[in-house]
Amino acid sequence: MALDTVAIAQTTPDNSQPFAELGLKPDEYARIKEILGRRPTSSELAMYSVMWSEHCSYKSSKVHLKQFGEKAPKSDALLVGIGENAGVVDVGQGYAVTFKIESHNHPSFVEPYQGAATGVGGIVRDILTMGARPIAVMDPLRFGPADAPDTRRVLPGIVAGVGGYGNCLGLPNIGGEVTFDETYAGNPLVNALCVGVMKHSDIKLAKAAGAGNLVVLYGAKTGGDGIGGVSVLASETFGAGGSTKRPSVQVGDPFVEKVLIECSLEIFAEDLVVGIQDLGGAGLSCATSELASGGSGGMKVQLDKVPLRDPSLSPEEILMSESQERMCAIVEPSKIDRFLEICKKWDVTVTVIGEVTDGNHLEITWNGELIVDVPPRTVAHDGPVYNRPLAQPDYINQVNSQTVNVPIPVTASEIKAAVLKLAAAPNLADKSWVTSQYDKYVQGNTIQSQPDDSGMIRIDETTNLGVAISTDANANWSYLNPYQGAKLALAEAARNIATAGARPLAVTNCLNFGSPEDPGVMWQFAESVRGLADGCLEMGLPVTGGNVSFYNQTGSVAILPTPVIGVLGVIQDVRTRTPMSFTSAGLDLYLVGQTQEDLAGSEWAFLHNQRVGQAPEADLQREMRLIELLLEGNSFFTAAHDLSQGGLSAGLTEMVLRHKVGATVSLENPGVALLSETPGRVIVAINPADTSKLEALAIKNTIAITKLGTTGGDSLTINDAVISLAELSTAHTSTFPKLFG
Amino acid sequence: MRVGVITFPGTLDDRDAARAVGAGGAEAVALWHGDADLKSVDAVVLPGGFSYGDYLRCGAISRFAPVMQLVIEAANKGMPVLGICNGFQVLCESHLLPGALTRNSDLHFLCRDQEIEVVNNQTAWTNSFKQGEKVVIPLKNGEGSFQCDDQTLAMLEGEGRVIARYVGENPNGSRNLIAGISNAKGNVVGLMPHPEHAINELTGPSAQGLGFFTSILNAMVK
Repeated sequence: MALDTVAIAQTTPDNSQPFAELGLKPDEYARIKEILGRRPTSSELAMYSVMWSEHCSYKSSKVHLKQFGEKAPKSDALLVGIGENAGVVDVGQGYAVTFKIESHNHPSFVEPYQGAATGVGGIVRDILTMGARPIAVMDPLRFGPADAPDTRRVLPGIVAGVGGYGNCLGLPNIGGEVTFDETYAGNPLVNALCVGVMKHSDIKLAKAAGAGNLVVLYGAKTGGDGIGGVSVLASETFGAGGSTKRPSVQVGDPFVEKVLIECSLEIFAEDLVVGIQDLGGAGLSCATSELASGGSGGMKVQLDKVPLRDPSLSPEEILMSESQERMCAIVEPSKIDRFLEICKKWDVTVTVIGEVTDGNHLEITWNGELIVDVPPRTVAHDGPVYNRPLAQPDYINQVNSQTVNVPIPVTASEIKAAVLKLAAAPNLADKSWVTSQYDKYVQGNTIQSQPDDSGMIRIDETTNLGVAISTDANANWSYLNPYQGAKLALAEAARNIATAGARPLAVTNCLNFGSPEDPGVMWQFAESVRGLADGCLEMGLPVTGGNVSFYNQTGSVAILPTPVIGVLGVIQDVRTRTPMSFTSAGLDLYLVGQTQEDLAGSEWAFLHNQRVGQAPEADLQREMRLIELLLEGNSFFTAAHDLSQGGLSAGLTEMVLRHKVGATVSLENPGVALLSETPGRVIVAINPADTSKLEALAIKNTIAITKLGTTGGDSLTINDAVISLAELSTAHTSTFPKLFG
Repeated sequence: MRVGVITFPGTLDDRDAARAVGAGGAEAVALWHGDADLKSVDAVVLPGGFSYGDYLRCGAISRFAPVMQLVIEAANKGMPVLGICNGFQVLCESHLLPGALTRNSDLHFLCRDQEIEVVNNQTAWTNSFKQGEKVVIPLKNGEGSFQCDDQTLAMLEGEGRVIARYVGENPNGSRNLIAGISNAKGNVVGLMPHPEHAINELTGPSAQGLGFFTSILNAMVK
């Protein structure tokens, strides 16, 4: 194909262009022509198409996401908010922490290992780009039915990919989720969270300020991988021809990224960059247009200088390539020599590809010919915005009007069978098969990791300051009531931080949904965002950033609405944390919070193929009082464990198996007490001498407490049902090895 | 007492190893793979990670790093050298230790708290332990299965050069449950599990890994 230049575009206004194949609608194409006052060159068309895709432009979600700003609670903690690569919060002692979740769902279905691996790589670069040292990752994962043949292809590949990339980067994996539902068959969810730490003064932003400053590309060479991956893979439903799209998935090299991290941190430490952006989705198109529009406004780039792995790539392909492990920095000319020197030390390929200019032109040349001349803001920020139609789907009234009808265990043998059934259920079973493939120790600062309620990392070895993070979603509740579901997930994530003694501080999210072109899905999305924004406002937790993944559906079947909520909290001294379980006998076990008959959306109902009824209503005022109780009780709690999926049955199972110390509890109405999933409940273990302290906290915070029983022995005994730890452990730990080898 | 900790591109546990060296009572000295100088260190730790991305074979490229030429020379003259995980792989590739580490028998990366038994407490890196002492330290690797030919195995066993064995079920298919070995003199030790991640109970499963780092002080005093 002959080179299409700006000069040629001006003289051939009527040439037809493949905008539809690139995913642009006719009105979007017309808008590009209106912006430019001519037809775009093929390179410009490539840039606009990829930057205006759903994945990059948030065109369907923008009108809803702005609630996170409009309803933002007043917070002194927020240092950098939504819009940058990742939000940054102040955690005290001069430290700033940045964290974010992103999805890599579609690529991980096509190519599980590489899709998951590059998902980790991408979010880690986002965190690095803020100037932070990445310190941990977490991975909420969702799959089709555990026993489905394709899950046996997808799950092991994704887990190996998450581990293969994260382990090689030296990042401890401190938690996540593994959940199964048939709607995720064909649409596995791979969400990756990364957290990083820096000093306040080291925060970096994506802006190309200062005319005459140099545009520097460093890291891996550019190849043909992932061309169009963002717009094609992330924005279209899979048809029968899934495998033909295989070459679009990016291939990662964690070694290159590890070296890039260390090299970048050394560059940051010497204050050698004005602005920085990683190359992720949309590659150079995204980096150059975002840097330029975030800074002085103009930029000149010589595209032929980009080092290539495949010399046959056309300029359009170079602009769209999503080759991994690349960064783009803006460097003052006086500092470039030192910048190049550090890259040389780390054997990192580095090239000056252009310079920052005044004005409003992003000009890209290819061997001296002008092939792109656009106002960068129109590419990066002025994409189309859709207020898509939304309507409450018919199923809502239908499922809400039904009630759950499941067997409730009464006799000792029924109770025992129910506890063992839940312990072995794939959604609740021991996840060591997955987590033992992840390095949780590297960097030497991991205080908590799976199966603890939250991951916890020490960020200062002298003062023992630490952060805790939890990610949660309850897609069953979100299906029954997306507004409440989002609030409940937020509350659960915050509670999972507080059980350890960390105070919740900020929120990130990864919103996984079906097609936005379906009004019902769009309604689920809008309700979820409204619920999360309202919840964050009520709980005083700012949303620092996030990610939207649409088109997770096969044919007309969308995934369950799955807003994954991540909450980050701070603990002043990690040595004081409350663990999730006990190591000794003779402690008293209390239920903090009250159990109602909440079986709708429960794991017990799921195991009986029922997804009907009304989701519980989130009482965030009570959740906040519970969090205060937990933080105050941290000084004397021996253990504290959140109750969520699987209710008290799962909570007790996890506690007694953690250190193989049993418990004896007596319950009124044991069936409902064990299986209900009423939100806002925690089990705590205390020394009997501290009973009055717990009672005082309960009164002060108006939270109900109920004594459940005591710790000790080699069984979990519930009323007359005696379940030996050995049989309980076998049930809990056999499921994954049986399914996945 | 100065203990060098080498960083190759792709090394991950270097800061952890330096922290453990300090906790053991010695001074950690950072060494870079391109260094042509051992900076007057008295001993060297090769930490874990994926040096040079484990391209070709684990440790196969690192053995040619400039600093390794100095380490090989010094080790042959008796300097204590401890290779942990990827460091163990580098020592095998450098022929300072016999055998090779291959993929775990189940083909998965494995991270878990592992009980090991110290079966030779006479080396520069194990003399703080009692003979037969059992300790729990993290194991985390994808290629930790120790393999060698029968003759080499007989030699290692016969000369007491197996320094630690896994207790219980074999985690990775290593011959004779071997977790660590030494050279004939006992100054060079390779260990698959990670004692640097067991120096306190806050961040590790135990503080029992510290013994490897206090041993080196004893070895120097002798």
